[in-house]
Order: sequence, then structure tokens, then C-alpha cells
Amino acid sequence: MAGTKEIRTKIASVKSTQKITKAMQMVATSKMRRAQDRMRLARPYADKMRATIGHLTEANPDYRHPFMVTREPKSIGIIVISTDRGLCGGLNANIFKNTIYLLREWQGKGAEVNLCLIGSKGLGFFRRLGLPILANITHLGDRPHVKDLIGTVKVMLDAYREGRIDRLFLVNAHFVNTMTQKPVVEQLLPVEAVSSGDLAEHWDYIYEPSAAGILDGVLMRYIESQVYRGAVENVASEMAARMVAMKAASDNAGKLINELQLIYNKARQAAITKELAEIVGGAAAV
Amino acid sequence: MAESVIHVDVVSAEGEIFSGPAKMVFVPASEGDIGIAPRHAPLLTLLKAGEVRIQTPEGAEHLIFVGGGVLEIQPKKVTVLADTALRAKDIDEAAALAAKQRAEEALKDKVDKISQAEALAELTRAAAQLKLIEKLRKLKG
Repeated sequence: MAGTKEIRTKIASVKSTQKITKAMQMVATSKMRRAQDRMRLARPYADKMRATIGHLTEANPDYRHPFMVTREPKSIGIIVISTDRGLCGGLNANIFKNTIYLLREWQGKGAEVNLCLIGSKGLGFFRRLGLPILANITHLGDRPHVKDLIGTVKVMLDAYREGRIDRLFLVNAHFVNTMTQKPVVEQLLPVEAVSSGDLAEHWDYIYEPSAAGILDGVLMRYIESQVYRGAVENVASEMAARMVAMKAASDNAGKLINELQLIYNKARQAAITKELAEIVGGAAAV
Repeated sequence: MAESVIHVDVVSAEGEIFSGPAKMVFVPASEGDIGIAPRHAPLLTLLKAGEVRIQTPEGAEHLIFVGGGVLEIQPKKVTVLADTALRAKDIDEAAALAAKQRAEEALKDKVDKISQAEALAELTRAAAQLKLIEKLRKLKG
């Protein structure tokens, strides 16, 4: 009966691990639904912002806001959104891989790279590269708020305004569906002008105080809302990835338990057979 | 009288706050509070912190606090793009400064963490060496 006790303890330990992974899977599922709702809620604001920018640029063809002027890219900024916690499969690894491709590409063109990191996993990873990190924020939680992102985004916008960066990119996980999340790179600055053909209606607005002043406020909010959308989408992706990873872990634990149970039963049976043989052997000897 | 109401949408980046018809809307525009009645001229302006007051055709009043935002008036529609957070130049400035500081601290941390990791590696190496010496001694003895 030497091995049976060990096998029993092993089974118990795998079972308790399975309980944890199952619980994590369920938590991730419900959080993912809520994150998806928030993703949907953020859409009308961004759409309306975009339309307003379209109206403003349409009305002032001569005026070009600094955020809309394309400059020679000597230096770029990348906002990387990653998760705060692990156990979500290859989500962060994929985001980082894409970011590395992006920054190698620009470094190849002779541009300097500045980073802005949202999420502690990204901070841990990119710290080792030794690139300048202009701003960072971690622990936004499962419900990121625009309020928490304002400062971080402002650092990058100021850097752009002062000419320290000439392009601004956003990298985050795009939520395709529950099974697929793929990292996407999006250019935030300069803002690509909305073509007038996209606008359904057009009016001659009165601008108070001036179109330029309004455009500044609108563009700033637009970019903030883009980063917010990225953060919320990243949360949804994180939860989906964790859900899938935890499901796989629970399934594997189940398989392992079955295998161990079989080994345990065999060992037990062997022990009984041996004992019987001993008794029979003993009786025969008498 | 279809013209006696105007459709109002109040949306923030985090979700929709209000959507429905109104008789009159009061908003805190950056140049001073304005009241918007149906058939107001198209207008685009920024908002400052304050409250948006919406009078519905049923006579009810909705009060919504905004921290700032953008107001867009179209012939039949008023859109308030509201900030959920209180916005002011110095508040934004302080938040930006905090973000910068965090980044600097994170970079400073790196030195400590790396030296810690190195020390840990050194320690494991030393421990392994000790173990090996012990083993060799036993073999000999």
C-alpha cells in the first residue's frame, strides 16, 4: 500500500486547484459580460465626437489644429495597454510582441520611441528595454474610468504639442469574440481628418468662442475617449482570455484526476490481490 | 406642434446619461449659461462644470451634473458630450504630473529590482556551490 496514500493526496491537491480554476473561469465570464456592456456604452460618445470633429474641420478648411498636422517622424510615442494581472493566456505576450514589432519598425526608420504604459504587466515588461517611459498608470481595476486616464493621456498630448513626439500610437487587445482577442495598433495622432462624405448632414454652426478653441477641446476629449475605449476593450479581452485559459486548466485538471484515479485503483487492487495471495499461501503452509 | 420639443442626448464616454424630448434645456456654456428652446440656431460650444437642466414636455425636470464637455445644437437635436470627471486646467495638470512621477518612480524601481534579482541569483549560486562542496566531502569521507 506504499503508493496509494501519495496518489490520494495528489488527487486531493489537483481537485482543489481545479476548484480554483473553475471559480476563476466563472468570475471571468461574468466580468467579461459587464466589460462588453461598457464597451458598447462607450461607442455613441466616440461616434459623436468623430462627427463633431468632421463638422469642425469641414467648416474651417484653412485652419489646421496641431493635432491634425503630419510632421516628419523623428520621435514617436506608443501608449500600450496591458492587463494588471496574469493568468490570461497569451494576451499580454501578444500585445508586447506587436508593440516590439512596431517600435523596431520605427527605430529602423531612425525614430526615437517613447512609451506610455497602462497596466502593470506592460510596466514590468517594458522597463527592461530601457526606453524612456513618459507616463504610466496601473491598477485601473475592472472598471476603468476616464478620470484616471486624463493625466496619463495629457502627458502624451503635451509631448506631442511640444514636438517631443511626432506620432502617437495606441496598442491594445481588440475584442473580436470570446475565443479571439487580437492586438491592434491604432494611430491616435495626428488625427486623420474625417472626410466630409462620411457626414450625413451639415449645418453652419455658430462657434463660441472660436472654432479653433472648440476643436482643441474636442480633439483632446476624442483622444481620451479613444484611450478609454482601448482600456475597456482590453478589460473585456482580458476576461475572455482568462475565461478560456481557466476552462482549459479545469479540463486538464479533470483529465489528470481521471488518470490518477485509475492508477490509484490499480494500486489498491494490486495490494488486495497480494494480501489474498499471502493468506492463501499461509493457509496452504499450515 | 412637432416643433415645440427638441431631442436631447446627454452622453459621456462611459455611457448614455439621458436621451429624450425636452421643452427647454439649460446648459453651462463656457461663455455663460445658455437656455436652448426648440428651433435654436446650430451652435457648437464648450461647457464648463455645472449642471444641465432639462425640462421635459411632461413638466418634469432633470438635473445632470457635468464636469465640462462639448455642446452641439443641431436643428432638431441637442447633444451634450459630457465629461464625467471634473475638468479644470490645474486639475488636469496635477493628474499629468502624477502620471509622470509614477513613470519616473517605475524607472527608478528598475535599478532596485534588478540589483535585488542579481543578489538573489548570486545567493542561489553560492548555495548550490556549498551543497556541491558538502556532497564532495561526503563522498571523500
